[in-house]
Parts: sequence; C-alpha cells; structure tokens
Amino acid sequence: MSAIRALVLTGCGIHSEEETAAGYRLAGAEAHVVHIGRLLRGEIRVERFDVVHIPGGFSFGDDLGAGRALANRMRARRIPGGGTLLDGLGRVTADGGMVVGICNGFQVLVQLGLVPNVGGRGEPEASLVSNSSGRFEDRWVRLRANARSPFRLWDEDRPLEAPVRHGQGRLVFRDDAVRDEVVRRGLDLFSYCDAAGVPTVLYPANPNGSPRGVAALCDPAGGAFGMMPHPENHLSAFVHPDWPRRRREQGGGEEGDGVAVFRGVVRRVAERKGLGGTER
Amino acid sequence: MGVRHVAVAPREGHADPSGARARRDVLLALASDPGVVRTAKVYTFSPALPEAEAEYLACVALCDAGTNEASVGPTRPPSGARSFLAIDKRPGVTDDEAQTLRTVLADAFERSRPGTRRVASRDVYWFEASHSRAVLERIARDVLGNPLVHVLTFGDVASYADPELPPEPGEASAVATIRLPEDDDGLVALSERRLLALDLAEMRAMAVYFGLPATRRAREAAGLPAEPTDGELECIAQTWSEHCQHKEFNARISFRDNESGRSFDIDSLFRTYIVAATRTVERELAAWGQDWLLKVFDDNAGVVRIDDERVFVWKVETHNSPSAVDPYGGAITGILGNNRDPLGTGRGGGRLLFNTDVLCFGPPDYDRPLLPGQLHPRRVFAGVRRGIEDGGNKSGIPTVNGSILFDDRFAGKPLVFCGTGSVAPASAGGRRWWEKEVSEGDRIFMVGGRVGKDGIHGATFSSLALGAEAPRSAVQIGSPYMQKLVADFLEDASARGLVKCATDNGAGGLSSSVGELARLSGGAEVELERVPLKYAGVAPWEIFVSESQERMTLVVAEEDAAAFAALAAAYDVEATDVGRFTSSGTLRATHSGSPVVHLDLDFLHRGTPRKHLEAEWAAPDVAEPEVPAGLDWTRVLRDLLGSYSLCSRAAVVRQFDHEIKGRTVVKPLMGRSGEGPQDAAVLRLDWETYRGVAVSNGICPRYGDIDPYAMSAAAFDEAVRQIVAVGGRLPRPGAEEPAFWSANDNFCLPNVVHDEASNPDGRTKLGKLVRMCEALFDMAVAYRVPLTSGKDSMKNDFRAGGRTISVPPTVLYSIAAGIPDVRRCVTADFQAAGDAIYVVGRTNDELGGSEFYRWLGALGRNVPRVAPDAARERYRRLSEAIAGGHVASCHDVSDGGLAVALFESAMGGEFGIDVDVGDVAPGERPHVALFSETASRFVVSVPPAEKGAFESVLGGEAVLVGRVIAEREMRLSMGACSLVAAELASLAEAWRNGLEAVL
Repeated sequence: MSAIRALVLTGCGIHSEEETAAGYRLAGAEAHVVHIGRLLRGEIRVERFDVVHIPGGFSFGDDLGAGRALANRMRARRIPGGGTLLDGLGRVTADGGMVVGICNGFQVLVQLGLVPNVGGRGEPEASLVSNSSGRFEDRWVRLRANARSPFRLWDEDRPLEAPVRHGQGRLVFRDDAVRDEVVRRGLDLFSYCDAAGVPTVLYPANPNGSPRGVAALCDPAGGAFGMMPHPENHLSAFVHPDWPRRRREQGGGEEGDGVAVFRGVVRRVAERKGLGGTER
Repeated sequence: MGVRHVAVAPREGHADPSGARARRDVLLALASDPGVVRTAKVYTFSPALPEAEAEYLACVALCDAGTNEASVGPTRPPSGARSFLAIDKRPGVTDDEAQTLRTVLADAFERSRPGTRRVASRDVYWFEASHSRAVLERIARDVLGNPLVHVLTFGDVASYADPELPPEPGEASAVATIRLPEDDDGLVALSERRLLALDLAEMRAMAVYFGLPATRRAREAAGLPAEPTDGELECIAQTWSEHCQHKEFNARISFRDNESGRSFDIDSLFRTYIVAATRTVERELAAWGQDWLLKVFDDNAGVVRIDDERVFVWKVETHNSPSAVDPYGGAITGILGNNRDPLGTGRGGGRLLFNTDVLCFGPPDYDRPLLPGQLHPRRVFAGVRRGIEDGGNKSGIPTVNGSILFDDRFAGKPLVFCGTGSVAPASAGGRRWWEKEVSEGDRIFMVGGRVGKDGIHGATFSSLALGAEAPRSAVQIGSPYMQKLVADFLEDASARGLVKCATDNGAGGLSSSVGELARLSGGAEVELERVPLKYAGVAPWEIFVSESQERMTLVVAEEDAAAFAALAAAYDVEATDVGRFTSSGTLRATHSGSPVVHLDLDFLHRGTPRKHLEAEWAAPDVAEPEVPAGLDWTRVLRDLLGSYSLCSRAAVVRQFDHEIKGRTVVKPLMGRSGEGPQDAAVLRLDWETYRGVAVSNGICPRYGDIDPYAMSAAAFDEAVRQIVAVGGRLPRPGAEEPAFWSANDNFCLPNVVHDEASNPDGRTKLGKLVRMCEALFDMAVAYRVPLTSGKDSMKNDFRAGGRTISVPPTVLYSIAAGIPDVRRCVTADFQAAGDAIYVVGRTNDELGGSEFYRWLGALGRNVPRVAPDAARERYRRLSEAIAGGHVASCHDVSDGGLAVALFESAMGGEFGIDVDVGDVAPGERPHVALFSETASRFVVSVPPAEKGAFESVLGGEAVLVGRVIAEREMRLSMGACSLVAAELASLAEAWRNGLEAVL
C-alpha cells in the first residue's frame, strides 16, 4: 500500500517547513516541501496530494494582519490552467484529503474561511488577533483534546504538550452563533488547559486569552484543521523544557508528543480515503 | 476618479491591542497616562487606485471576521478622538506593509509583478484626551516615533489630513569632481565635511596617490579628470574606514607597562595575539591529527567541520552606533546583517541555525539629564528588544542564548552584539563550499533588495564618535521577510553549484563587496545604471556605497548566469547582473558609459597608512571595601536577585522565539518550572543523528575597571565553562569523535587614539586593550580554543553638550562547540530531592567588580583571576563525569556568585536546598563563600547512587556542600550559623519582577 503523500508549503516567509516535513515522515507519510511559486505557476497541483499543510512562520512578515496576504494570494491569484489555490484545497478535502495549518498556517485557514466554516459557505467566521498580553509569547502549554470532536489527534489521558510561539493567537468569533455552533459540534479540537487538565482562560496556561481556551479548530466535515501550538516543535522527547528530569523519573521513548498529531492526520486521511492504514 | 486613501482600524467596540500597547509605552516612558489610544493604518496611493481595487481591499483583502474595518477615501477619526499623532516613514525608509499591499493588489488583479503605483503606509494614533501640541510632540519624538526615520504630524483632531506622497525625485546621474586641498587644514576639513572619517595621514596618502604620474596617466586614459570623483572619494573612505580596516588592531603600538617597567612594540594586535593564538592551537590540533579547523579570519565568518558532509559557520558582531540613534532599526539591521555573514561565506547559502544576542544598556531607571541627541536607556532597551524580536522571529531563526548587562556608561552608546550560526554543506557543485573562487569574466550579480539613499555612510558613521547630530542617511530598517526570500533562494542556488562565491552587501555597499572580491581575480567593473533602485534620484556615487539592506553580491560563471537568473525568478527574488570581474588591477564603476570610479586595487586595499600608537598601563588605585558586620544575608540575596543585573530575563526571553526548528535541546529557560536560566544553549542539527552544537557567551566589563587582563580572561573562561557545564568537552588528544570549537572575539572600546586635547587618556585606554589581547592569547592557547572570526568597534563614545559618555573597554567571547550526542547533555536545574550538591572548583576572596560589591557601592581590588591550566584539568574531569552519566545537573557560577547559582538551579527544578558553605572557602567570612565570583566553578548535583563515582572522577575538585530538598526553601548555613533562610517563592518574587516592570 502506498504511503500518504503530504505537501508541505514553503516560501513567502513560511519558516517551519523543515520540521513539519519531519513530522509527516516520522508519522509514516511521504513529505514533499514545495515552494508556493511552483503551485502558482501550475508546475505542481495540490490535488496530487493527500494532505496539504501550511506551516508556521511569518508569511509576508504578517504585514496587513497575520496570514492575510498569503490568504489573499491563495484566494485571488489565478493559476495557469484555471482556478486558484483555494479552489485546489477545496478539491483536496472533497476528495477525502486534509488541509492543515499550524500557527501562521492556522491564521491563513481562518482568513480563508476554511475553519470553522460552520455556515458551510467558506466565509471568514473568526479571527486570530493579538494576544491579551500584547506580546509575542514563546512558552510550553498543555492541550486537552476535546472528546466530542469529529475526530481525535490525541488519545492519551494526559494533556498533549507543545510550545506556542506567536503574537496573534487569541481567537475571536464573528458572533455568538458561530461560537455556539463550534462548541456544539466540538470543532474546538484542542484547548489550553491548566495543570489539572481543565481548559482555562487564565494566563499563562492560556498564553493568548482565547475564550474557553480554544487552541485549535476544524470544520464540521473534518477536512480542514488548524492549531496555534506547534506539534512539529515536539517531535523529540529531548526538546521538552523538563526532559532531563522526566527521563530520569519516567524513562520512556525518544518520541515527543507532537508526532501523535501528524500520525493522527495521516490515519484520518487514510480512513477518509478508505486506504485502511498507513505504513508504520 | 480613483481612491487615494484606504484606512484600516479596529472596529469600534472591539479591542485595540496596538492602542493599548502605545498607551502603556507612553505611560512607562513619560510617567503620565495619555488616556485611551486608538489606532489606524492609512495607505496612500499615487496615482489614485481604481475604485474596484479599493473595494477589493476594503471588502476582502483587508477585512476579517468583524474585528477590523476598512474604509475607502479620506480617513475619518473615530468618535471620541480629540487629538492625533500620525507617523509617516521618510522617503526611502523600508515600508514593508506598503510593499505587501502592492503584492496583494498584483495577486488579485492579474499582474505578474507589482506595478509602478506608489504606496505608503501611515500609523495614526487617536487620543481621546485633548493633548496639547507640546505633549503630542513629546509622545511623537520620545516614545512612538523617531524623527530620524519618521515624519511626525500631530495636533487637534480637526486638523487631521491624510498624507500626500511627495513627487519622485528627478534623475541624478551627474558625477562631481572634488578638488583636493593642498594644505593639511583643508584636507581635514574635507574629510569632516563629507563625513569621510579619515585622518590627516590618510587624506595625505590619498592626495599623494592622485598626484602620482602613473595615476594621472591611467586616469587620463580612462577619461577621468586628475582630481578624484565623488564616487572615488567615498569608495576610498568606505574601504579605509575603521569599520572595514581595523586600523587600531593593525597599528604599530609602543606599549609601556608602568607596573612592571617592561615596554615593547607590538606589530599589529590582530596578528600578534589573535592570529598567533589560533595558529598555535592549529599546530597542536594538527599534531593530534584533528583537522576540523577549516577557515579563519579571511571570510565573512569562520568555518569548522562538523562531519564529512557538513560545516558549521558562525560570526558575531556589533551594531552599536545605529542602535544608539534608532534602537529598533539599529538592532533589526544588526541581526539581519549578521545573518548575511554566514550566508555570504564561501560559496554562500547554507541554513541559518540560531541567533544569539548580548546587550549592554544604561540602567532602565537612569536619572541623569539626557544630553542632546541621547535617547533614554529604557527606550534604547525597548527598541533594541523589539528589533531582536522581529529580526529573529520573522526570519524563522531561534534566538537561543544571550545576556543583558546594565551600566551607566552604556547610556550614551549601547553595545548590541548579534551572533548567527549556520550549517552548510561541505561541498557545493563538487567543490569545497568554504573556498571562494573568482575568475576573470565571472558575472557580478546583486541579489535581494533595491538600492536607495538609506544607509549611506554607515561604515564611516560607525567609525566616528556619536554626537547630537546623527546623519539621517546612516539609519535604515531591515526587512526580515525580504531577507528570508533571499536566504531560501541562496541555499538552493549554492547547493546546485551555481554560485562561485558569495558576500554580503554590508558596510560600504557594492564598493566594499565588489572591491573585496575583486582582489581574488585582480579587478572588477560595475555598471551602476544596471543596479535596480528603490526610486529615482540616487546619484552614481550613492549607488556604489549605499548600504541598503537585504542584498548579497554573488559571483556566477558566465555560462551559469541564465540558469541562476531563472532560479532567482522562481523564488520571487530580484537578481541583477551588474558587471564582471577582470584582471585589470583596477576597480572600475561606470554609469551609462561615463566613468565614476577608476582606482588601483592595490592602492585601495593596501594604501592605508598604518597608524603608530602609544599605549601604557598602570594598575588603578583601588582598594577592598569594608564589609560591614551583621549583614542580613537573606536580605542581601533578595536584593541581588531583584537587581537589574541578576533578575530573571524571562520577560525578554519569552518574546524571542527560541523553539522554532524544534531542535533546541538546551533552551534559555528550562526545568520543572520552565523558568530556570541555563548556561550554553544546545541545538540538535537534524533528526537523523544526535549531533549538536553548544553556544555560549562570556562578558564581564566591570572587572576591567580593576584589571582588563583579568576581565578578558574571565570572559573567555565564562564562555568556555558554560559549554563545559552542558557537557561539551575541550579539544584533547585521542578524542574518539573530535568536536570542533570556534570562538568569536568582539572588542568594544572608547577612542584609544591619544590626543592631548580631546582624548588625554587615550594611551591608557589603548593599554587596556593590549592587556585584554594578552589574556585572549593566553586563554585561547591554554584551552586550545581557536578564534575563528571577530570584530572590533573602536569609537564607542557619545559626545554632546561638552560631555562625553564612553563605554568601559569591553570584550565579548562567543563560543560554539560540537556536541557528539545531545542526549548526554545536562541542564542547570536541580532534578530530584536527595541529590547531593557539590561546588566544583575552589573559591577565593575575589569579589573585586562583583555584584555584591556593587550592592555595597564599592568596586574592590581582588578581581577574579583565571588559572587556566588548573581550570582545564578541572574541566576535563567534570566532562568525564558528565559523559559517564554521574551528573544530574550542572550550573556555571558567575555573576552574583554561589548563592545566586544555587538559587537559579533550585528555581528551575522547583526544589529547595540545604547547604553548608563552611567548606567552600575555609577561613573566609560568609560573603566570600556566598558571593565571590572566582572563575572556573560550577554547582553540580549528583544522584546519591553516583556520589562515589563522581567523587573519584573529580578527585579533590569537588566539595560536597549539601543536598536538594523537596521543601521549596533556601537554607544556607556556615557550620551551625544560619546565613540565608527563605522560602523560594519569596526570593522568586523579587527575581521575577526586576525587568517585568520596565518593559
């Protein structure tokens, strides 16, 4: 059986393509780092991939708003041979694939209206705006997976740990109706939680002040998903800030929590496409 | 009809984080609350924008789900606004947002490239209070704007008007000839008038060259007048600048040591100490059969071998003068410029791995009257911090390590050290990556940003003392976004073997980059009219010397030029063929066929007259202070932990991305609490092997007030021991997997050139530099750590209003070392209750220049002195213990001494300690054990089961002092006498709040 093929976007100020590709490879997928220019020139088409991943970074330096200029490019720029990148992403998800965005990539997905998309019309229904602290924050957070989500990327009882490193991660819903629908359908895949594992709005466990601690969103069909924290920055157990003590107390393997997220995406795509599994 | 203005602002009723931040900044800076601030961004278009495009911006591109709203046409103030401040960028200052907006329009309206329509962005601050013009001017000049880079407009809200773009300047292609005066006064006056920063001897040497019959003949043949052109004068000044030539480090120096009576001549500090130390180490490495030292001193960065496939490249340098006048622009330009050093080494490219920054400021609560042109230290701190945040974070490079120091003497000029490490392939296109190659006929490509009037005279500017008037043109603001595009392209182009050689366009611009590379082929010709400009009206000489940012000069073989240009286009990077290399022996520049520069290469690079300087040294008249009896040691420790020097840096560090790339194994903050400060940083190089690199910094200028030799030695030792603390091993014979070590030296001094009237103690200052260099040699040779690159900044004085603020002579050593297996690294935080605590290394009564003496208001005399041979043996044993798995945690003891190191290790792990310092410094009073800053020491914790093994490896080097306890308390005693007894939390509160309140 052939492996899941993930396209990891780069260019335009995207920074995290290297570790993102490593995440997919560790999860058993094929990862292809592709410059956005090749997609816009029509040299490579996103439809050839099972997963399209927009990594973190500062696309266009965050000028005009985080992720906005890249979202505009994906929505507006015509590709030779027809359509836009956004059209291509629609075909990827319609075909059972997934579109994933992390940090700046999540901001792009929100700007494009791909998540949460409760209205189903691809309109922007939320924004990721400046953290309540007014500051860029680099710190490790705990994330609780929502048991009622359309799908799950983390199955362990303890919270998933990963760093955030962003200045604009506070989620603002367009209106209460969107928020209520997100909650009702469990589209908030992950929430920042405190040491006891309870979702929180309190700093610093919640680094940006997002309501209900929402750290990630998917669309109702489960084809698009984005999150602010960086699972690709916890691929190895040796990058956790407390790794020496933990390894001495608990031992354990060398894999970091973040690999589970990539594995979850790969598994989910395999399910959606009826491929029935992936190479391990 | 069209639309000239589009504005974006937070929707009324929604939060305005930028406004809230501006309000806080004003409150902190002026100690007065400006009231509610709301912000808007106004974009101005010339010619006006078609309405359909404006509608697209307002309704789609700039609009999000309800938090912002965009308006088309004249900007309307929000309800409740009474006064305003508008900030526009001066012409030519980087305006990334406007550039991005042009791209957004091009994307939507089917244009392959942004057109010629000009766009400018403006920041508007609306105040609910009706501030007077005087108040608004203060806010504008001292807090939110900087007249050097901004046009500031303010007033009553009724007077608000959207900006108009100034007309584009006309062509400026004329080449002027400059008459060289025949008298000395005239020559000096010319140097000052044109900001050449050349002294009389140098001006004379230039006059002699232009008077030579051979020169005259060559010029006539080239169609140039006998007198120099403006371009030639500027080109010589840039090439001969202190910044580029290191005149003091290459001078002949007569040194007299008034202490010992010895006196001798030094034929170049650089060759005598720095090069000689490295060559000595190199010989020893060769004798051991180690060949990892690949390239030192003669490229933009040093190169060492990681393994057969990869090399490590790194460089640290300063950006002091620009940071003094425009802290944000100076710092971001410093970082991006430093990033281009590894990118511009050898054949160019590679992948940037990390940044490190060391910052020296005046204290945030500096309360002396500011001199004309002097910015308050808190403002400098805030601006530099923001520049580092954007420079690192927006480039996707983790900022993994650094240091912040405070001293009144940094209030005139701050010191801003930026370092960058990268990993490059050992070979590119089948050739050694680190070797530069240029032949006649090769094409000169300028890649990246365009050229404007920004950054003219940067090299000469930094070679002068700073005063009330800074030249506006020397200031510039970098664009991390643009540079990231260039870096991505260059990595690919170099890996494909399309680049023969790369260099950065930094100080001196094209004149320096092409002028330097021309030495390899023996000449070059640049056609200046081909150079892409930001706007019209840039004179030919300005094109040649402009330091406009984000540009690299690349050498491409003629047959590869087409493939190279096509690859650049695929990366959205502008690459322009601007000339070719020759073997004519001259550096030539023309503009549309007219000669602009025609200079003999040999004269240009070797015609600088060498300086002959005098130096002397006498120990200062200093004494040890009386330490009062009956001090409350808990209170002293709490005060120290809350001081600017020793308090937690978390508030700053968390605003720097240190996680990106996901391979930072030892981070600046770690432990169970996530806030334990660490020593060296460690990064893993990939996901396939466990190889890594450790990086550290050592700096301690205060010791230099007592003895610059001891200071320089202690700084070197600090950088080495931080790497030893995480598990790095010094070079040694017979190592199974020899790991590279690579040090950068950065000297920052006030003017050391003696002048009876203006610098009467110049000889003493130069004497201090000599002693610093002597220590550099001794330490590098003792530890076998080669210097691979470095820089000197020799005019760190701020002169205005009849006063001078000079930095203390300072040296920073930044060291990187290979780590064979990052999993064996240890961190500084305690790991488990019950672990034994040892102090490794003996403790002497060495509090001269210490933080404790600073608390007492004293300097002292007994400065810490490094004994490098004993230290090396101690490091060898400690390294063996760490490699053997006997060590749980290890923390370097430095500023603040043992008590502070113990606190930091406890804080990181959220444990307490029970320690008896009686055996640390037997026979000494408590303050010696607690706060002495004796070099080459560590606090080490060891699991109970490993104690025997640890002690047998360390021999007599380790003193058992106590144990880690679960109760979160600091218990320090001396025998039966309790010295410190405090809850960790109460000490932590003082420690955490030191900088938080001023940011």
